Amino acid sequence: MTVRMQACAASDAVREDTHLTIRQSGQREVFCGLTGIVWLHRKIQDAFFLVVGSRTCAHLIQSAAGVMIFAEPRFATAIMEEKDLAGLTDANIELDRIVTQLIERRPDIRLLFLVGSCPSEVIKLDLSRAALRLSQKFSPDVRILNYSGSGIETTFTQGEDACLASLVPVIPPTVASECSLLIVGSLADVVEDQFVRLFESLGIGPVQFLPPRKSTALPSVGPNTRFLLAQPFLADTARALEERGAQRLVAPFPLGVEGTTRWLAAAARAWGVDEALFEKVTQPYRARAQRALTSYKHELAGRRIFLFPDSQLEIPLARFLSRELAMELIEVGTPYLHRAHLAEELEMLPAGTTLSEGQDVDLQLDRCRAARPDLVVCGLGLANPLEAEGITTKWSIELIFTPIQGYDQAADLAELFARPLVRRARLVA
Amino acid sequence: MQLTVWTYEGPPHVGAMRVATGMEGLHYVLHAPQGDTYADLLFTMIERRNKRPPVTYTTFSARDLGGDTAELFKNAAKDAYDRFKPEAMIVGASCTGSLIQDDPGGLARSLGLPIPVVTVDLPAYQRKENWGAAETFYQLVRALAGPSAPAPGTKRPERVEGARPTCNLLGPTALGFRHRDDIIEITSLLAKLGIDVNVTAPMTAKPTDIARLGNADFNVVLYPEIGAQAATWLQRTFGQPFTKTIPIGVSATRQFIEEVAALAGVDPAAVLEASASRLPWYSRSVDSTYLTGKRVFIFGDASHAVAAARVASDELGFKVVGLGTYSREFAREIRAAAELYGVEPLITDDYLEVEAKVQELQPELVLGTQMERHIAKRFGIPCAVISAPVHVQDFPARYAPQMGFEGANVIFDTWVHPLMMGLEEHLLAMFKDDFEFKNGAQPSHLGAGHAVLRDDAKEQPAPEMIVQNVISVPAAIWAADAESELKKIPFFVRGKARRNTERFANENGVATITIETLYDAKAHYAR
Repeated sequence: MTVRMQACAASDAVREDTHLTIRQSGQREVFCGLTGIVWLHRKIQDAFFLVVGSRTCAHLIQSAAGVMIFAEPRFATAIMEEKDLAGLTDANIELDRIVTQLIERRPDIRLLFLVGSCPSEVIKLDLSRAALRLSQKFSPDVRILNYSGSGIETTFTQGEDACLASLVPVIPPTVASECSLLIVGSLADVVEDQFVRLFESLGIGPVQFLPPRKSTALPSVGPNTRFLLAQPFLADTARALEERGAQRLVAPFPLGVEGTTRWLAAAARAWGVDEALFEKVTQPYRARAQRALTSYKHELAGRRIFLFPDSQLEIPLARFLSRELAMELIEVGTPYLHRAHLAEELEMLPAGTTLSEGQDVDLQLDRCRAARPDLVVCGLGLANPLEAEGITTKWSIELIFTPIQGYDQAADLAELFARPLVRRARLVA
Repeated sequence: MQLTVWTYEGPPHVGAMRVATGMEGLHYVLHAPQGDTYADLLFTMIERRNKRPPVTYTTFSARDLGGDTAELFKNAAKDAYDRFKPEAMIVGASCTGSLIQDDPGGLARSLGLPIPVVTVDLPAYQRKENWGAAETFYQLVRALAGPSAPAPGTKRPERVEGARPTCNLLGPTALGFRHRDDIIEITSLLAKLGIDVNVTAPMTAKPTDIARLGNADFNVVLYPEIGAQAATWLQRTFGQPFTKTIPIGVSATRQFIEEVAALAGVDPAAVLEASASRLPWYSRSVDSTYLTGKRVFIFGDASHAVAAARVASDELGFKVVGLGTYSREFAREIRAAAELYGVEPLITDDYLEVEAKVQELQPELVLGTQMERHIAKRFGIPCAVISAPVHVQDFPARYAPQMGFEGANVIFDTWVHPLMMGLEEHLLAMFKDDFEFKNGAQPSHLGAGHAVLRDDAKEQPAPEMIVQNVISVPAAIWAADAESELKKIPFFVRGKARRNTERFANENGVATITIETLYDAKAHYAR
């Protein structure tokens, strides 16, 4: 097992040299990219996700979803059997049969994603060719795309990145000559609506979203598209959009008052919004959010927090927790560190913050136990065992399944971290 | 390929994890990609375990596939040994791990670890979770108890005069439905008979305990899906007979007591005499009259489903209208039981097929797994859980066995609780238009928010269902007065009444359903 601890290469732009990055390889206790289907299938309401994989894949999505909320969800698994492994020709015939069966069952579906998995990648089942072949058959009623959510290639939220990146080539080109704003990354509908109102007050628009709520209402993209990433895990999607000529507006992520303000400001600058107007529009929101944060700050200030790698949201979260809630960062883990997209965030972290990229879970647990943090952010496999050791935890998956972006969610986000501490303090038995 | 929406069982390596996690001092090294670690949360979240499962995953990535994944496995196994110091280790591969053909068994042996290392080869593309658990347990028993096996043909020595008879309890694992409490209940029942438990396995056993399984006089197989294969081998190897009765319900528990007493050579009379379950009296008390002939649909693993059918029919007076299992390995047992109740056995692991069957049969109670709980909720049918797979609420804080006499008490309570009480059902039928008894009124002892009984859920299939199965296309049209008469029928049977009337009309060539047709049909289908 290799352990390399190094200070990052100096860079004027991002001042990374002030942070210490731990890189380890070993057991990674993280979800694979298939997990993203759990929220993506609710977000894009006419899309269906067909995983081409094993029983493990089906079991994973079912277990990650936690409960079977929806009697018949818009996702399923084409479970490969022994004979599918033997010959790829047969596997393709089988896949065509399954897709036909599925589309007959669900004529309401307009977009079907064939989602690659570890076994389909290992046996090199070419889903892009399958998608092309099946598209010809079912066009124009159903569009068929493919991406990989396999654990050998993607970690958790990277599944959304792969999914959105697969949508970019089919997004129509812009026709209007005016600039338009594209918000990239799944957000709760309520958060999208709040942002739409804010952009409208700032005179920024038209505003479009990727992913859209309906696949039939895809945004358009072109050289006059300016896009803001709403999530920090969208490396491939951003690259694909840039290849279409769109320009990324450099900004931190819209978590907390400060993150949201700077995120909005990036768009305001691009649209040449008058500073006084920006101030006038955002000031009441900022004041309200800060008022709401006050009590949580009282609860969380000075508390020591340790974040295990999970969703890639860790660095923006750590920035929010340290700057707006005065928490002390012990270690900030992330499955991957996309230095370009996170440049602004890294710059805002306190100097000397310990980051870790990748994971050896046993060694990381050793560090965590030794540090005795007040709060640990970690996945579902680790939370109860740590609680049983007397360490208070916050399960990280809730940070993905809860609306946390924007001004009016800043306090909700803080509350997610405060609740485990409040709870522990309350319980006497 | 098989199109799967929800799956009853996980892959076979999850079965192996259930064995390893139930045991102490055993570690599982699994050649698996990143993401397969999701399985940890089954144990830490659903079962609320306070320790991580004893599993090390190699979590190889695409980059490793070009390099040396075998070395990765060896390092992981070596590190796991150094860190956890287990008494024994099992090694294997998950579905993707098996595709890269690294031979975990051979690699682990080459490390020369000073502990037994057992290879479990689980065909991930053919088999499922319960099979994986059974196979893993069998391989462990062979590897660890095998060395102390007597020479073939050796007669089992007589028990020392005056020594108490002993048995092993086989089958309980982590994540099993009420395994935790069944062990306690059956151990105490056996103690009352003067029988000691030598080893309970896999749950609670250490590898060193597995090694001494052969010391017991006989085996009690609590969960055949997991324990039968090992029990058969133990019978062959050590001459230990094993029990066939699953002690779920009062009569099966009594039968079980007689069976173990015979195997142990003890007198069961006192225990049978003292046997105290409230179920028989509760079932006979007049309040339970309304349970008579309640139509019940049962689905689960084979052992729990067969046992539930017997309790439902013989001890609660329900009518079994459907019986099925997702365990194809135990299809024969389900077929035999189904014949007993005169129903068509449903052997499938396709959740949608089960859903269609429930919709078709319109039972008044569903006994199933967490999947059937969702089906029942959707159709507004009361439901109780009787089998894995189960969710977090099926690991109750209280003592709640399924087996033995206390198990029978638990069963009476859990199955009857979701139903509307007798007099309440009558009052609802009589005063249909009472403003407080609106459509969708539910059992008064269940708070708001419990499974909402909605007649439209029964009458109108949800959008997804429309395509899937149109059971009968009504050719007959409802006259307005018949339609309004139908609405006077209590909502919880209205769907069935509508269906029966339409079928009756179609079969009798009635084009327009009148009030008379409605009552003709009612008379025709009267039971």
